[in-house]
Amino acid sequence: MRTYFVLLRRELGSYFVSFIGYLVIALAIGEMGLCFFSLVQSLRNGTTPMPLVELFFATQFFWLIFLTTAPVITMRLFALEKDSGTFETLMTAPVTELQVVMAKFSAALLFYMVMWVPFVGCALLVRHFVNDPSALDLTTMAGTFIGLFLLGCLFISFGCLASSMTRNQIVAAMISFAFGVSLFVVSLLADQFSAAGGLVSVVFQRIAVTDHLQEFARGIVDTRQAVFYLSTTALLLFLTHRVLESRRWK
Amino acid sequence: MGNDPMIEVADLTKKYPGRTAIAGLTFQVGRGEIVGFLGPNGAGKSTTMRILSCYLPATSGTARVAGYDVFTQSMEVRRRIGYMPENNPLHPEMRVREYLKFRARLKGLGVAKSRDRVDTVLEQCSLTGVSKRIVGQLSKGFRQRVGLADALVHEPDLVILDEPTIGLDPDQLRSVRQLIKNLGGKHTVLISTHILPEVEMTCSRVLIMRQGRILAADTPENLGRAMSGAHQVVAEIAATEAELREAFGDIPELSDCDLSPAEGDYMRCSVTATDGADVRVQIYDMARARNWRLRELTRSRLTLEDIYVRVTRPESGEDRN
Repeated sequence: MRTYFVLLRRELGSYFVSFIGYLVIALAIGEMGLCFFSLVQSLRNGTTPMPLVELFFATQFFWLIFLTTAPVITMRLFALEKDSGTFETLMTAPVTELQVVMAKFSAALLFYMVMWVPFVGCALLVRHFVNDPSALDLTTMAGTFIGLFLLGCLFISFGCLASSMTRNQIVAAMISFAFGVSLFVVSLLADQFSAAGGLVSVVFQRIAVTDHLQEFARGIVDTRQAVFYLSTTALLLFLTHRVLESRRWK
Repeated sequence: MGNDPMIEVADLTKKYPGRTAIAGLTFQVGRGEIVGFLGPNGAGKSTTMRILSCYLPATSGTARVAGYDVFTQSMEVRRRIGYMPENNPLHPEMRVREYLKFRARLKGLGVAKSRDRVDTVLEQCSLTGVSKRIVGQLSKGFRQRVGLADALVHEPDLVILDEPTIGLDPDQLRSVRQLIKNLGGKHTVLISTHILPEVEMTCSRVLIMRQGRILAADTPENLGRAMSGAHQVVAEIAATEAELREAFGDIPELSDCDLSPAEGDYMRCSVTATDGADVRVQIYDMARARNWRLRELTRSRLTLEDIYVRVTRPESGEDRN
């Protein structure tokens, strides 16, 4: 456990002393700003029954934040260490693969959650000006952050897997970007298939991340979705662990 | 410390797809020894070191470090080794002290202990002056010493250094060499290098590898003795070539002589004796009897470089890169 914290501290440190950490935060704030702008535009056009945060997700820019930041946050995790060779010094120290995977995953996840903090500011700002407390209550905000956390688990753990499979950061970023886009497209397809019914539609709806996030934003935390995200994350981290371990397979 | 060897390698083989990196390697390294790994690029030195440091598994055979198997008891082995890989990878964004502290903590040292040890290795590797600098901005010599300090920070029984002296200037080379030499006795050291005088000066034993096999394993002196069966003697004598040829003909031990004019009236003679006989006395007597002036008389010994070239020379028509 101590090893885990030593590793976690270094990983977090490397986000906050590196250019890339602040680039990601700047990128995310920029995109949140776009969302905010489009939200204010839509509010000017009239009233809406939607909770504020759900309005955020309804803007077309919102998904860009996921699609662009998660790959950039995770691409360096393993690929950079493999490329620079520090992976060799890391794995010849008395640390287990599990400690390494968990430390890297949680550092990336923590950084990702920190990245979302400005979002609270945007929401509070709107609430201040709409003069309606029901536009943003604690439950919807908490639900939103639980949703962001669960989605983050999924995206970050896939990023870990992608990064562990290559020594090229660009390749790692492209793989996880493609994954993110596919999830997004599946969500769009789910809407089209829902009319048709059948197995495909059920499957697509279960993994339709945009729909899930909309429910979270209404303050509804569905355990089915929580189980889906957490178990998928566990599977992806397990696979990452296996990839690291495969180096030592005979 | 027991008397059992620090490293025991038995019939170790590592195959990569389509290529055998090491083939049936067997050797032992005793505690406190400084052993040098020599060999051309691609001889399997790094692969052997990676297996010993538990980074790669072997295809077959066993390797034990301090009595622990590198594959099944890898954690125990990793606690006892300090490994500095080839090219000395470091985290460029960290500060020297911060990096060493991180490595010390990672290797299981407590907070207070790691602080002490980091201070010690900073001193040992002459890094105290740069302890607050960022690793990525250091010169190659300093970075190399940071890697060395990292390998030593947890006081490992076995220190494995893969080409530790690449890119050092002569001054730094000397200090690193001294550092490695001082490690002997307390630590066991396994180093690989291309720099041959390095090995001659620091190592108590040399393992010469080529194409995944050990070709020679002995002290540098013994290797020299074994290899130079025919001693060569160089003499500079003031006489004509014809006179010299005739005079050398009288010495029965000589098998070959090579004459070339040197400055002045002297001829430079390189003579080879059979069966390792020392013909210096005969040559001196010969010159004295004929009243020739003799201004040099030396026996040339094989340097490690000669041995290395001889041992690693491909046998027939193989490509050597």
